[in-house]
Amino acid sequence: MRRLLLSGIALAVMTMASPVFAQAEKQGGSMIVTYKDDVATLDPAIGYDWQNWSMIKSLFDSLMDYEPGTSTLTTDLAESYTISDDGLTYTFKLRQGIKFHNGREMTAEDVKYSLDRVTDPATQSPGAGFFVSIEGFDAASDGSAKGLSGVTAVDPLTVEIKLTRPDATFLHVVALNFSSIVPKEVVDEFGADFGKHPVGTGAYSLAEWTLGQRLVFARNADYWKAGVPKMDEIVFEIGQEPTVALLRLQNGEVDVLGDGIPPAQFLEVKDNPDYADMIIEGGQLQTGYITLNVTIPPFDNLDVRKAINMAINKERIVRIINNRAVIANQPLPPTMPGYTEGYEGIPYDVEGAKALLAQAGLSEGFTTELYVYNVDPNPRIAQAIQQDLAAIGITVELLSLAQANVIEAGGAGTAPMIWSGGMAWIADFPDPSNFYGPILGCSGAADGGWNWSKYCNEDLDAMATAADSMIDPAKQADRYKAWSDVYMGVMADAPWVPVFNEQRFTMKSARLGGPDAIFVDPVHIPVNYDYVFDKNVQ
Amino acid sequence: MSIIVPELGEPSGPTRPIRAQSVFGRLLHRPMAVVGIIIIAVVVLAALFAPVLTPHDPNEQYFEGLTLEGAPLGPNGQFWFGTDLLGRDLLSRLIVGAQTSLIIGVVANGLAVIIGSLVGITAGYFRGIVGAVLMRFTDLMMSFPALLLAIVLAAIFRPSLWIVALVIAMVNWVQIARVLYTETRSLSEREFIEAERSLGAGSMLILWRHILPHLVSTIIVWATLGISTTVLLEATLSFLGIGVRPPTPSWGNIIFENQTYFATAPWLVFIPGAAILLLSLAFNVLGDALRDILDPTQQGRAA
Amino acid sequence: MIGYLARRLGQAALILLGISVVTFVLLYLLPADPVRQIAGRSATAETVENIRRQLGLDLPLWEQYWRYLSNLLSGNLGRSYLQKSEVSELIAARLPASLLLMVGAIACELTIGLTMGVVAAVRRGGWVDNLLMVFSFISVSAPQFVIAILLLYVFAVKLGWFPIGGYGTFAHLVLPSLTLGLLGAGWYARMMRSTMIEVLRQDYIRTAQSKGLRGRIVLFRHAIPNAILPIVAMIGIDIGMFMSGIVVVESVFGWPGIGQLAWQAIQRVDIPIIMGVTLVSACAIVIGNLVADLVAPLIDPRIKLR
Repeated sequence: MRRLLLSGIALAVMTMASPVFAQAEKQGGSMIVTYKDDVATLDPAIGYDWQNWSMIKSLFDSLMDYEPGTSTLTTDLAESYTISDDGLTYTFKLRQGIKFHNGREMTAEDVKYSLDRVTDPATQSPGAGFFVSIEGFDAASDGSAKGLSGVTAVDPLTVEIKLTRPDATFLHVVALNFSSIVPKEVVDEFGADFGKHPVGTGAYSLAEWTLGQRLVFARNADYWKAGVPKMDEIVFEIGQEPTVALLRLQNGEVDVLGDGIPPAQFLEVKDNPDYADMIIEGGQLQTGYITLNVTIPPFDNLDVRKAINMAINKERIVRIINNRAVIANQPLPPTMPGYTEGYEGIPYDVEGAKALLAQAGLSEGFTTELYVYNVDPNPRIAQAIQQDLAAIGITVELLSLAQANVIEAGGAGTAPMIWSGGMAWIADFPDPSNFYGPILGCSGAADGGWNWSKYCNEDLDAMATAADSMIDPAKQADRYKAWSDVYMGVMADAPWVPVFNEQRFTMKSARLGGPDAIFVDPVHIPVNYDYVFDKNVQ
Repeated sequence: MSIIVPELGEPSGPTRPIRAQSVFGRLLHRPMAVVGIIIIAVVVLAALFAPVLTPHDPNEQYFEGLTLEGAPLGPNGQFWFGTDLLGRDLLSRLIVGAQTSLIIGVVANGLAVIIGSLVGITAGYFRGIVGAVLMRFTDLMMSFPALLLAIVLAAIFRPSLWIVALVIAMVNWVQIARVLYTETRSLSEREFIEAERSLGAGSMLILWRHILPHLVSTIIVWATLGISTTVLLEATLSFLGIGVRPPTPSWGNIIFENQTYFATAPWLVFIPGAAILLLSLAFNVLGDALRDILDPTQQGRAA
Repeated sequence: MIGYLARRLGQAALILLGISVVTFVLLYLLPADPVRQIAGRSATAETVENIRRQLGLDLPLWEQYWRYLSNLLSGNLGRSYLQKSEVSELIAARLPASLLLMVGAIACELTIGLTMGVVAAVRRGGWVDNLLMVFSFISVSAPQFVIAILLLYVFAVKLGWFPIGGYGTFAHLVLPSLTLGLLGAGWYARMMRSTMIEVLRQDYIRTAQSKGLRGRIVLFRHAIPNAILPIVAMIGIDIGMFMSGIVVVESVFGWPGIGQLAWQAIQRVDIPIIMGVTLVSACAIVIGNLVADLVAPLIDPRIKLR
């Protein structure tokens, strides 16, 4: 048994230096945050939407978390942990005296209960699949066993989790919202309505919820981190069209635009010097890509896929969305560990694309279909792609549909091409493996899976599994190199056209303080509420 | 305020045969009607000869059609009506879009008006079982989840303009049916209708000669306002994927795609909006003029 | 009257049954899998099948419908697939706001529409008439998103007369009602104008005038009441028309109504919510039309209920 120091596991994320958090800010004040879409639930086992993701993070805690504004792992409810030499047993030592919002002290039994609950098929959690490496997952998810046999509460402050295979991403998994610790008695009391009556251990507790209108979070006075959170109260106003939310922010009525700056007003706001200090730009662990279905001719031909990669004018596409993105040349976004520096990608080369098509015997071109989610700017981007492909003789018919229909066509494998925008992959956790399995690996290529290219390369799958078995923190760099090799392998087969990585632009009122990074937090998406403070109470 | 009560002709006088030639001749004496005819003619000609008339390729995304930051250009010397969010020429897209919008606004909407009139008048005049069945069917269609139907149709058939036209005709007839039903119900109880009945006039004759003329103005209102609403409805349906596919333009989808940008690029919303407005107004003044000329109860009155 | 009402209510039940069948079948045919939406993107095939079984979505269509119907008859609309809450609770929380908005919109339509219609009819052929005609057509042709933002910008942001969206007081209600009502006001104005012109030509108006009654009295006592009949039918229709406009208006003004709930449910194939909202709005439409038919004889005594 080897005790690991936290600093050893910390991710080497070059581009996101951890900001220094002054603990000195006074607590107090409140802020108003707006969102367009309704909050469906605050149950951490269920919630998987843009607007409830970071709300849940403020109401609940997990064993692990990230340094605010970064993707650097740190302990949270766990005080420390050890990993066995074979990488199969994780032992978490819990912090003492952590209390749920209802006043009861949290114990190891709660951790076990929470993990059992999220993997129980009756919970219908969209995150259950993340726990696949825990021993007893199969039996729990097909209902033949109650609870995960691999999770045991050794004593009130110790939890032991046994895995069936080494999983280098496991600490990220127990940092997910889905791993949040919930109190059994409250879940039992409210049943399926727990999502409307959430009780956790987080920095804020739910004080008021008027369905479809507003939610009020109040500061958790018993929160274990000294001086956190900063605000006394957060008010979320729901159902606000982003254009109107912006008008209200300009009018001093709201403090944070949860959905960011609306595209239609982006240039106007960005070019206005009055707002220069209120706009915050940040990267996002996101890639927008075109999937090429390798099971549908002529996309089964590598030359054709490469030709399409060469034909797309990514620079123009980025210009169409007002330069709110950076050009991508590989599946991973640049801020993700494992990103291959110095890789040129497949260059934009219309003549080369035509030559490759001719080589594939398709000098006359062909007709195909591109599916796209019907919300702006995606149909526009799809039309730019359509024009680029027309230049090399490919006639593209656009099918602009509701999100669920595009996902269905992608899963069933009937869509030759899909533009991923609007449904695109935003990382669940900042690790390169998260961009592989479901969207490029063989498991995701099954019927209904999210690997819309239906691309399955057994060799790369083996390399990926090997990379995720490298749990030795001293070999972290090797692991990232292994992942880099996997994605270079993907690029060699070209099942995707990586197009761009979106930049996030958000806007906050001048009175809100805190490091810029927490307003575009890569994990607490979109905002890490716990560390935002009110300049007026300082 | 004083009331101008129009002079009345015979309330149910016999219809005099009117020659087409003389109708057209009399239309030309009404300046408003002439303007209406000209607008309609311009739109129809634009739709028919679009390939010749467009100054630019309507689907070409011009590099110089966008600023370096990706903003569309306002009206200028090269692009008279400005460019859209992809750098395409708005004027050319408007000309080509006239085709779609005419089919929807005139053909599909016209079909809806005809169906609605037949159902509403029949149900209002005959009442009884026929009326009840027709009107309950109308109620059913009114609460029908039309958008859902549209999405399912889009998945089953290939998206096309004709499916949109069909859905619009299916959905839009119900309102006019209800209104005409109520009006007919009232009209058919009037004394002069009773008098005709007692004289042994057939139902068809009464409907055609004595009921329909009183409903014409309502029908014109619905038919002409319907042009605007159906053209916009087409955009919604195309958004759901059942109608014309991008990059094919229609007046409705130009507005729909760009409406969130109307504050920064007003030309993208107000120019196609004005086109829809003018077309429906043109049909309205023409309809009113025709009604005045043809209506037997209004002989001799000028608008 | 009682017999008529009983018959109509019976027919209404049949209509709702018909709507429920049609909607259920359409949702079944929809090329989108609700289970995929629930299970998330990392779900295994077994998890997906498991959830499908739990929700009974693996059963044959008729059996699924039978289950739904028997729950419905015992007053149970089911639970949302994604929110997990009772659909009846979700709808009940939002319905009052939407109904209030509809009432406000109908008030705007009647005030603006009828005034414009009567004035246009009385001034027929003059420049006032033409101006009102253009205005009616603009209100019908303009996209509601644009009207909403323009009204908001002018009256809330610039003039500060009304709040910038929100819910709670009368001041909050004005702009959304106006936005939603303007479209209908255009229709009402045109309809009112045309029926007024029709009525003004009738014998009894001439008789009334020849008896020396003053213009205004003739107008308000005789002409308008007789012209208003088709308008009553239109109020019934409006409820159906509002359902499409309400999504845009509610989201621009942050109005906590049913439109957003329905829209998000359609996007994510949350079948119990879609069914619930469809049935509730069908109820409203059927009742609206029934009321319109019941009111018609009160306005025009010649009409008999049968």
